[in-house]
Amino acid sequence: MASRLASKSPAATLVKDSAAAALVAALLALPLLGFRMTDTARGLVLDYRFPLVLWSAGVVFAGRLLFTLAGAAIGRRLAARPPRAAARRWPLSGGRGRALAGWAMVGFALVLPLTPFGDRNLVDKATLLLIYIMLGWGLNIVVGLAGLLDLGYVAFYAVGAYSYALLSQAFGLSFWLCLPIAGLMAATFGMVLGFPVLRLRGDYLAIVTLGFGEIIRVVLLNWQSLTGGPDGVYDIKRPSFFGLPFSAFAPEGHQTFAQFFGLAYSPNQRIYFLYYLILILALATNLFTLRIRRLPIGRAWEALREDEIACRSLGINPTKTKLSAFAIGAMFAGFAGSFFATRQGFISPESFTFIESAIILSIVVLGGMGSQVGIVLAAVLLVGLPEWFRDLQLYRMLAFGGAMVLIMLWRPRGLLAHRDPTILLADHPAPSPADPTAPSEVSP
Amino acid sequence: MLSIRNLEASYGRIQALHGVDIDVEAGEIVTLIGANGAGKTTLLMTLCGKPRAGKGSITFEGEDITRLPTYQIVRRGIAHAPEGRRIFPRMSVLENLQMGAVTVDPKYFADDLDRVLTLFPRLKERIGQRGGTLSGGEQQMLAIGRALMSRPRLLLLDEPSLGLAPLVVRQIFDIIRDINRQQKVTVFLVEQNAFHALKLAHRAYVMVNGRIAMSGSGAELLADAGVRAAYLEGGHEAPPPRPAPEAAP
Ligand SMILES: Nc1ncnc2c1ncn2[C@@H]1O[C@H](COP(=O)(O)OP(=O)(O)OP(=O)(O)O)[C@@H](O)[C@H]1O
Ligand SMILES: [Mg+2]
Repeated sequence: MASRLASKSPAATLVKDSAAAALVAALLALPLLGFRMTDTARGLVLDYRFPLVLWSAGVVFAGRLLFTLAGAAIGRRLAARPPRAAARRWPLSGGRGRALAGWAMVGFALVLPLTPFGDRNLVDKATLLLIYIMLGWGLNIVVGLAGLLDLGYVAFYAVGAYSYALLSQAFGLSFWLCLPIAGLMAATFGMVLGFPVLRLRGDYLAIVTLGFGEIIRVVLLNWQSLTGGPDGVYDIKRPSFFGLPFSAFAPEGHQTFAQFFGLAYSPNQRIYFLYYLILILALATNLFTLRIRRLPIGRAWEALREDEIACRSLGINPTKTKLSAFAIGAMFAGFAGSFFATRQGFISPESFTFIESAIILSIVVLGGMGSQVGIVLAAVLLVGLPEWFRDLQLYRMLAFGGAMVLIMLWRPRGLLAHRDPTILLADHPAPSPADPTAPSEVSP
Repeated sequence: MLSIRNLEASYGRIQALHGVDIDVEAGEIVTLIGANGAGKTTLLMTLCGKPRAGKGSITFEGEDITRLPTYQIVRRGIAHAPEGRRIFPRMSVLENLQMGAVTVDPKYFADDLDRVLTLFPRLKERIGQRGGTLSGGEQQMLAIGRALMSRPRLLLLDEPSLGLAPLVVRQIFDIIRDINRQQKVTVFLVEQNAFHALKLAHRAYVMVNGRIAMSGSGAELLADAGVRAAYLEGGHEAPPPRPAPEAAP
């Protein structure tokens, strides 16, 4: 755009460009806005609303004009900036800064319910946000580290949720007992999915995993006798604090959480407990990822993402490596799923549609493929903000899409694309990382 | 140490190797030269199990490795620095070297790292840099260094001089000689750069269209009129010291 502006008669090109956009808008608006059926006493009547079409064309014309001008102005400003300033680092891209930001976030999350604005509503929303952060961290193992594009991640979330729901109902097992079982079930499904897709990469893998995600949902929907079909599973056991239920009244011969600790009963206690529960689960996921990146298996995942042939020629077994990534990523989705089930008390296949997979994947990609802190930022942006702005109704999704486009324009490789090395030599610290979007040149 | 007998390999219906026989003895540098598309890379890849050998056998230190999966072959003590280097671009130099050592007991890591960094002081300077931002020559050093980290007894090198400036090529070949002499690693070297390769090698093979056309000591082939005509700058009398410019495949 800017280059075209710089051509012979910038004004003429600009107007032509905007007019073309307006024409497209008018063509689109004609069938969408130009006609409307109204139900009157005389039956259906076709209304013509051509002024609306003209309006939309006009708005697009002006918008395009302004957008182009603004873009050119920003471009000039950037070009005019001294190069040092342009190359200044994104404040969080360094390892130290990122670690600091991470600890600050953990601290903030820990005290959130105690702060004056940490009311029931906010903590509940933060719990939801943490579920997505945990799912993002889990999927990051598969997509960010191992480089396997998985579009059906929500399937493992569903497996975890149904595992807990059905096990606790059928056998009365407690949440803490079901949690590892649910993780194990999800990991098994991860392996089952992993086997057929081992040879696939990139687009093909994405398609197959997408299909797998849908298969799980359709099975849940149709296996009436086990899953309750579209009605889902009701009355899932709510969580207890080591056997102490968070209810107003305890069953005969038992104590509630409030009674045991001599507190007044409050429904908030369960909400706060759930919040800390998911915080612990999410942090465990994070800690696991940070640790495993330094272990041979984690390094093998990253190497596999970079170059599979090289991996094989170094003695890495790609089959085992990929399967373990799938299984471990799925396991964390299973944990998150059983948390989801105990929090909601009710689950149905509707909670596990493709859009969930898409959101989780967006969180990972926008976060910068492999960056733990980046995923938190992306989750806040994609899940947190839309939750808080629920009042805006439909515009919410518009803002969601807009934010996504803007981020990809502004940081095409994700919010925090820089990757920290997992090992440093004591006497040879890593050179300070350059701007991740522009790899530094090296003199030969 | 390595003996290849009547080896055949194909990509689908296209046969790339037609009954290849090659022997590599312990301690040697053996080179394989040939024109573009002769099947040199295919031979190294077949040694490593992909593509699979259609016919024939590959024996390494008395063991038949023809049917082993790639990662198992590598664990027998063969390291492969594949064509085009294939370093891990987003990982640091140190991490790349660490990946080379995945099959080795961690207790050797510090020593091996030291040895490789002594061999390639350039890598030591750039230890924390991302692999993808290294220059071509540095990437080649990293590829060889990474292969050495697996403590191989046999090192397979596929066109280490590819795309490098003459001075860097000479440097790399000197290092290959050092690896062979000092570290006692047997080297099987595939090259387009016939002059340097033949000068370095104890023995050499010439491959034409998937067959071994000629073999002998490096000096013999270097003196052979046919070889000179085909592979050394269109048959100049005295091969100039500078290597032929590389054509990227
Ligand atoms: N994956 C593949 N699929 C089909 N044909 C292939 C494949 N790889 C190589 N070939 C063919 O096999 C033949 C041998 O190729 P190879 O890569 O072994 O040649 P080379 O001797 O290494 O050549 P160069 O010196 O250019 O690297 C060529 O005709 C090539 O086109
Ligand atoms: Mg080749």
